[in-house]
Amino acid sequence: MNYYLTEEQQMIKELAAKIADEKIKPVALKYDEEGTFPHDIVKILADSDLFGVYIGEEYGGFGGGIFEMALVVEELSRACGGISLAFAASGLGAFPIILYGTEEHKQKYLPDIASGAKLAAFGLTEANAGSDAAGIQTTAVLDGDEYVLNGTKQWITNGGEAEIYTVIACTNRAKGARGFSAFIVEKGTPGFSFGKKENKMGIRASVTSELVFEDCRIPKENLLSREGMGFIVAMKTLDRTRPGVAAQALGIAQGAFDEALKYSGERVQFNKPISSFQAIQHMLADMAIQIEAARCLVYQTCRLVDSGEKSISKESAMSKVFASDTAMKVTIDAVQVMGGYGYMKEYPVEKMMRDAKITQIYEGTNQIQRNVIALELIKGLKTKK
Amino acid sequence: MNIIVCVKQVPATNEVKMNKETNTIIREGIEAIINPFDTYAIEEGVRIKEKIGGKTTVLSMGIPSVVDLLKETMAVGIDEAVLLSDRTFAGADSLATSYALSMGIKKIGDYDLIVCGKQAMDGDTAQVGPGLAEKLGIPHTTYVRKIEEIKEGYIRCQRMTEDGYEVIEMPLPAVITVVKEINEPRLPSLKGMMRAKRAVVTVLTAKDIGADSDLCGLKGSPTQVVKTFVPVHDVQSEMIEGEPEEQAEKLAKKLLSMQFSTSDSTEVI
Repeated sequence: MNYYLTEEQQMIKELAAKIADEKIKPVALKYDEEGTFPHDIVKILADSDLFGVYIGEEYGGFGGGIFEMALVVEELSRACGGISLAFAASGLGAFPIILYGTEEHKQKYLPDIASGAKLAAFGLTEANAGSDAAGIQTTAVLDGDEYVLNGTKQWITNGGEAEIYTVIACTNRAKGARGFSAFIVEKGTPGFSFGKKENKMGIRASVTSELVFEDCRIPKENLLSREGMGFIVAMKTLDRTRPGVAAQALGIAQGAFDEALKYSGERVQFNKPISSFQAIQHMLADMAIQIEAARCLVYQTCRLVDSGEKSISKESAMSKVFASDTAMKVTIDAVQVMGGYGYMKEYPVEKMMRDAKITQIYEGTNQIQRNVIALELIKGLKTKK
Repeated sequence: MNIIVCVKQVPATNEVKMNKETNTIIREGIEAIINPFDTYAIEEGVRIKEKIGGKTTVLSMGIPSVVDLLKETMAVGIDEAVLLSDRTFAGADSLATSYALSMGIKKIGDYDLIVCGKQAMDGDTAQVGPGLAEKLGIPHTTYVRKIEEIKEGYIRCQRMTEDGYEVIEMPLPAVITVVKEINEPRLPSLKGMMRAKRAVVTVLTAKDIGADSDLCGLKGSPTQVVKTFVPVHDVQSEMIEGEPEEQAEKLAKKLLSMQFSTSDSTEVI
């Protein structure tokens, strides 16, 4: 389908696709097996200027938004949903600065993120704070001109590889959800270290680590927005970046579908390619329908987010749920179409099926997303009355 | 340092269609790409510029649509692009191509180094690089796999051979043709692509470059392609045993018996 992308968006998509096909596809299996971070691909992405697509021109970027970021994530994810995450998670770490940073913050951090010289990461989740983000235990206490951070963040994408972290910590326990604040913490700050590196089912080329703060002192200027705004910073950031996860899911689904379609034309059983059998045809058609529907929703949600529209939670959640559920279903079916071959690591769909699962879980589980959607629906009902 | 990189458009497909009357390749209606070997020439030109400064110009001869391919080279670091495009150039063999390109290069003027790919993947002649050097009256080295040193007026490079490499020094200006071992071409950058989109390619006609139309295109092409085939390399080796003097004698006799020698060499023996 023609989505009438602008000339620049088309260029971004083509460049990301070229990198995905020529550079990522050949190494996706290797990184999945080794579970190591793809420094070489990150370097290629940096050299290609793609890290700057969602950052303002005044900070060395291209002045695009979530749509441009999503186009890159989608294309890279077609080849590897794990490698694409190094790019996407840097965006997640950058958006709190883009949305709530002062001019000084932006001048200091965004040019390096835009050039790909430094990766960013976002630290919200903790052992006891997953869907219930209010359970955050990490604290930040103002001491003179510095905040002192203590606590451990868990499952942080790009943890250890990123240089710039936006972290949510509790500054006033008594104020509940209004007691959290967002901070920028640089790698190398004394008292800031990295803990356990996770061994994951999928997205294994992506690094997932603990962030450990032990009397970590950061300048008080590193506070993003005001004290007490941490929860809002996190939620507004996630509302904007969720279509990015949706794009990752969409790319994984497309990648799996492409493999299954190609295979169905090559695999001969009963003296015919299996694509000539209606059972396979209907599966392929269903996969294609779902992918195209997901793409429509993801692209349109990106356009909505980039329009500056304030109320985007519901649509953003919908795009994430629909695209990630699609990715799971499509990758499972891709394995099914390819049968025994699909189950083997020699073919990429086995990995894609494992990679797809995380998109239903992180940046808010699909169950939490449905809560968000339902709450918005009910809120709408009340305002109508 | 001013570097000119010569590139050729080739069909993206392996199924090359020939014009039966002229035995030349039909280029119309087939997706064209830059000859893959030339992408290494582009990369090397850009790397030299990045290392020691200067300007890179890409030069090609072809149909007007080649302009788009030349713009692509500007996304990977080429500064300027010139296309020689004129009906007069059509049907050129490697001699006429060398001539037209040499006239184009003279028109561009100030140059230190000319870089070509080792050969085109459609014609496979590998003649245009050396031909160009002859037309310009400057030295050349083919199959360059590494540039060891390059500076004002001087280049030292490694020429790949079947069993190793030779180190060759040349004064500049000179022509080199490069093999794929020399580098790994970069992907375009977004900034480069944006720049390429806005870039203007200079298109020159035969008249613009002062080319003699009798030496251009089909008219200037003495080559008759009778048939094309991949030559079979079937070399039988024979080891000659004995002391050096003995070996030399046996070898000389063998060569004489094969009647490869000329009267001059007989006298030497």
